[in-house]
Amino acid sequence: MTPRFHVPDTALEIREVHKSFGGVHALRGVNFSITQGEVVGLLGDNGAGKSTLVRCISGVHPADQGQILIKGKEVNIHSPHDARSHGIETVFQDLAVIPNFDVVRNLFLNREILSSNPLLRLLGWLDHKEMKKQSEIALRRLNSRIPSIDEEIRNLSGGQRQAVSIARAVNWGADLVIMDEPTAALGVEQSAQVNKLIKLISSQGVSVLLISHNIQHVMEVCNRAVVLRHGRIAANVAIEEITPDDLVGLITGAKQAA
Amino acid sequence: MTSLTNAIDGQLPFLRRIFRRIFQREYFVYYALIAVVLFFSAVLADTAFFSLANFMNIIRQTTPITLMAIGMTFALAVGHIDLSVGSVVALSALVCALVLDITYWPIAVAAGLAVGILTGLVNSILTEWLRVSSLLVTLGTMGIVAGLARVLTNLESIPITNDTFTTIFGSGSFASISVMFVWTAIALIIGWIALSKTRFGAHLLAVGGNPSAARAFGINVIKVRMTAMIIAGTTASIAGLLYAGRLHGARYSLGEADLLTVIAAVAIGGTSLFGGRASVTGAVVGSWLMGIINNGLILWGFSTNEQIIARGLILIVAVAIGVKEDRK
Repeated sequence: MTPRFHVPDTALEIREVHKSFGGVHALRGVNFSITQGEVVGLLGDNGAGKSTLVRCISGVHPADQGQILIKGKEVNIHSPHDARSHGIETVFQDLAVIPNFDVVRNLFLNREILSSNPLLRLLGWLDHKEMKKQSEIALRRLNSRIPSIDEEIRNLSGGQRQAVSIARAVNWGADLVIMDEPTAALGVEQSAQVNKLIKLISSQGVSVLLISHNIQHVMEVCNRAVVLRHGRIAANVAIEEITPDDLVGLITGAKQAA
Repeated sequence: MTSLTNAIDGQLPFLRRIFRRIFQREYFVYYALIAVVLFFSAVLADTAFFSLANFMNIIRQTTPITLMAIGMTFALAVGHIDLSVGSVVALSALVCALVLDITYWPIAVAAGLAVGILTGLVNSILTEWLRVSSLLVTLGTMGIVAGLARVLTNLESIPITNDTFTTIFGSGSFASISVMFVWTAIALIIGWIALSKTRFGAHLLAVGGNPSAARAFGINVIKVRMTAMIIAGTTASIAGLLYAGRLHGARYSLGEADLLTVIAAVAIGGTSLFGGRASVTGAVVGSWLMGIINNGLILWGFSTNEQIIARGLILIVAVAIGVKEDRK
């Protein structure tokens, strides 16, 4: 993390979050926080509770118990809409784009800019020109190498699609972007592009919670790793203080956190 | 691999880009229209085929198909299909004609429209509730509605003598221009604006393109799909009223053979049969193309049977082109 003149603000804090599905106690009191601009890797074996935790934060499955604080203020997140209104955006691995829409339409889907003419506005008339202009600004902010914003998403590479998804999240003023395996389906070069993008948005003050199975990926882009095991935090360590092998040990339970 | 690298560099080969622009699927229907007109003009040089009067006549006669094609475009845009449109035509016309006998024409029109709206509503509720393909649900309602139309009047035709009704719905004209053109123009403008220019249209196509992404973006997928199916049913009932107005009566067999024509018209117009890609102008031009082919075949001396074969062939060609595009 680049040194700051003030103490970094806490973007998100999770306190004693519990969640059960029927008899399964998926989260058993999870505590951790993410500071502004920090990239935190969320690791854990299958069934450790990663997805459940993310769904609690993104509002898909609200938590049973516990508190979620955003910038130090407690918030109620009962739906994805709540999460979005508190500046939490989720970037999914593959369901985040409409393949037959161009970049502009994807960036603005369900957040369309309507015509300034009140009569046309009533009809839901789109202001395509303005959306195009803002799309260009949003993509430039991410140094993104999209061939053309008029290009249909299905003609773009996996990395470019992911870039559009991330641009969409950041463009809507997200303070925290949750990314679920953003590079799982990508090749080496494409993954590197996405990693660069993650570092870039983090340098712009956006926090990132990155769910990944890929230890190497976490070591490359994250500042900190949070390891979940059996619904509890097994470790919460700075990346520079840990080796990949120790991280694997923490995930499998072979090693205990110091 | 080269194409991927090229795409990353943002430089599709220049010629290929030009090629792609010229041979876009959206333009196919226009090329087909020109080819068909040229072909029939040559073959039928000794007839009145290539005349303004004939083309005006074709557009006028095709109007009910044009309206159904526009409605079908909305259903296909969200990834659904409505096979019950032909049956709705007959039942709407009959209900309207029956009500017209006992009360004012606006009430009869409302009753006719209600048939389409209700069928669309039932189609969409069943599709969402049972979570089965709209193809199967509307195949069922197609049978039910067609059966109801037969039972309703015991296969008898109902004449319509209300002049106001017949004037508005198909028989009238403004300054020697048939009221059918007004219907086509209104439907085309409303349909085109709704699908291409508004937030509603963007949501329709998003739902058809990737329903789970649309849901993740906070779009009410079920509501959007239901609206599309109701639009398809409503345009079918307007088509029924236009047939009734033009023919001065209603009969159970109205619209019977229209389903294939409508789907072929929409498919050749560039709308994907699997959702997410739709063109209202394409559907309108596609319906005219179907009308021209019909007209040409008749002038050439072919019977209805050959026309049905031609329609089937066109549908298959359109689908073949579309599938190639969709799989890209």
